[in-house]
Amino acid sequence: MPRHVIRHGQVIGDIWQVLVPREGESPATAALPEGPLAVSLDVWKARREELLARSSPVGVRLEPADDPAQIAGDLPRLALVAVNFPKLADGRGYSTGYLLRRRYGYRGELRAVGDVLRDQLFYLARSGFDAFQLREGADAHAALPSLRDFSEAYQSAGDARAPHFRRRAAPAGAAS
Amino acid sequence: MYRYDAIDRSLVAERVAQFRDQTRRHLAGELSEDDFRPLRLQNGLYVQRHSPMLRIAIPYGLLSSAQLRKLARIARVYDRGYGHFTTRQNLQYNWPRLAQAPEILAELAEVGMHAIQTSGNCIRNITTDHFAGVAPDEHVDPRALAEILRQWSTFHPEFAYLPRKFKIALSGAATDRAATLLHDIGLYALKNAEGELGLRVIVGGGMGRTPIIGHVVREFLPWRDMLTYLEAILRVYNRHGRRDNLYKSRIKILVKALGVDAFRAQVEAEWEHLRGTESTLTDGELARVSAHFAPPSYEPPGDEDQALAFQLAADRAFERWFRRNVHPHRQPGYRAVTLSLKKTGVPPGDVTADQMDLVADLADRHSFGELRVSHEQNLILADVRERDLLALWRRAREAGLATPNVGLLTNIVCCPGGDFCALANAKSIPVAEAIQRRFDDLDYLHDIGELDLNISGCMNSCGHHHIGHIGILGVDKNGSEWYQVSIGGEQGINAALGEVIGPSFAAAEMPGVVEGLVEAYLAHRTGDERFVDTVHRIGIAPFKARVYGEKREAAHA
Repeated sequence: MPRHVIRHGQVIGDIWQVLVPREGESPATAALPEGPLAVSLDVWKARREELLARSSPVGVRLEPADDPAQIAGDLPRLALVAVNFPKLADGRGYSTGYLLRRRYGYRGELRAVGDVLRDQLFYLARSGFDAFQLREGADAHAALPSLRDFSEAYQSAGDARAPHFRRRAAPAGAAS
Repeated sequence: MYRYDAIDRSLVAERVAQFRDQTRRHLAGELSEDDFRPLRLQNGLYVQRHSPMLRIAIPYGLLSSAQLRKLARIARVYDRGYGHFTTRQNLQYNWPRLAQAPEILAELAEVGMHAIQTSGNCIRNITTDHFAGVAPDEHVDPRALAEILRQWSTFHPEFAYLPRKFKIALSGAATDRAATLLHDIGLYALKNAEGELGLRVIVGGGMGRTPIIGHVVREFLPWRDMLTYLEAILRVYNRHGRRDNLYKSRIKILVKALGVDAFRAQVEAEWEHLRGTESTLTDGELARVSAHFAPPSYEPPGDEDQALAFQLAADRAFERWFRRNVHPHRQPGYRAVTLSLKKTGVPPGDVTADQMDLVADLADRHSFGELRVSHEQNLILADVRERDLLALWRRAREAGLATPNVGLLTNIVCCPGGDFCALANAKSIPVAEAIQRRFDDLDYLHDIGELDLNISGCMNSCGHHHIGHIGILGVDKNGSEWYQVSIGGEQGINAALGEVIGPSFAAAEMPGVVEGLVEAYLAHRTGDERFVDTVHRIGIAPFKARVYGEKREAAHA
């Protein structure tokens, strides 16, 4: 059965393959599978030219400790940035999402992968993620309503919604 | 006080619906305990010794009488008829049932209350001065900024899975009653020479296992930059705080590891990207929120206010209560009143449903329908007409809420400890009670004067023992309960951490130990010096000699 992801609020089949070198495997020599491929940051750094020369889309998969500044200049050429959440409670990826969207202007698919469950979707979406690959075995269709858990938000975040106080009808004479 | 608008109401209602569904899935076996844990924690539910514990948020300690009546009703219907006020100005129920938690939250939502982010590794309830808006020594009323912070931190999507819990306190008075030096972030509001409002930003203070006084990261931050600057601090912490060791993951450890200058440089570099962006506060927003905290319609002073002097002269017990539990007010003819939750024999901070109803009535009758919770676990009626004090005192005394001990040794700050808390190493409530019983002579108690005594049942320091003039910490040694004593801690603008006097004691020894410390103080004090001042002047040696001299040698080293 093909894997599924949630993208833009719909469950779709996943076309991407992921290359993360195994223990002892060199990023410089690991075999690159055909088709759309997302690679770990070390592979990206070692094989950037080779990957960009391929005809199929390329992406990068970041771990919680990876600094997204390292791929900031490449973002226009990446069709996917996946951010791994090895543990649900490790919230570093939320800041990664914010930085990719708001600081580095990334506009492609931003996908949360790993230990991701429906109960995290709303915050992930607000942090700039537009795609979600749930933990193995989780029901993606059942998760969709969680994207709409809240109708409003007070503060600005990775999704670039203005803070609520800026969207209120400003009282007469109010200046910033 | 702040009144919910449509947005606040819908967010809280949506939270109830979300948690109801999560609880249902958990009880149906669709959501494992591991996956449910962070969700229930961010809704205030702990699993305790006997049952879940539900912690209700009381934003910056402010309550309406209608909210307090709702808390009383919940205590009766879903709990065992009482609740416990905490050192973070919240309320805890010790006996709710997990399956009923969504119902409780739905009832709370009816009066604009919730349990959002009262636990978990997120930004917790914002705390502030319990005399905010009425204290004569206040230069900035912190409540509007506290409410703005409440909104900003509520459901902040980026900072819900931080390395560890995150506590923010705000103060704007000469006496810092919010312990801003001992929080993850302390904000001390002040005005500069031009009269502009700003904040001293203090980061990395805290108690717990590694008590540290916070570092000033910015001396004067213009108030409009409050949210962007906090966002910068939180982002640096979220990305770089340690996640490999529970005991080293608070922001204070990050600040210590980097050094405050390097930490500040990282924050400032992050802030350069954020300064002036859309989260920069506006005059309009501050004005809108401040309007919720406009002073009530005070009556001008009248002749009848003169009666107070006669009433005080005529009744010694009333005079004693007035001296300890009644506080100055900036409005002539008004006072702030502490209703003590520190009656001997009652666990500190505990209050029954009937007492809550009575306090709600007193608030309606005498204090514009509002009250506050103090971080010393008492209740405050902030706007009481002087001529009402005698009537108020009589009703409070009948209800056991007028123990005249604010600032005194028996006003013990105490966590629930080993009787309830799953984290505790030792019981704290019975130790508090034994000490209160030893000091039940009011004249003696008043002669000793100001003395903060704090008890924590474990290193998590919920009883704030590090800043007690006398601090008591429950420790576990080979499966039995012992108590370590420190002296010289202090809260406020000159916050200091207490120093441990030596090997720990058995519970039964504790009243005698405190008595020994007090006797040493009385033997050395000069003038109107407080206990803690004497400790700072002469050091801990004379106290140590007094306490351990009798024991001859430290049997429990």
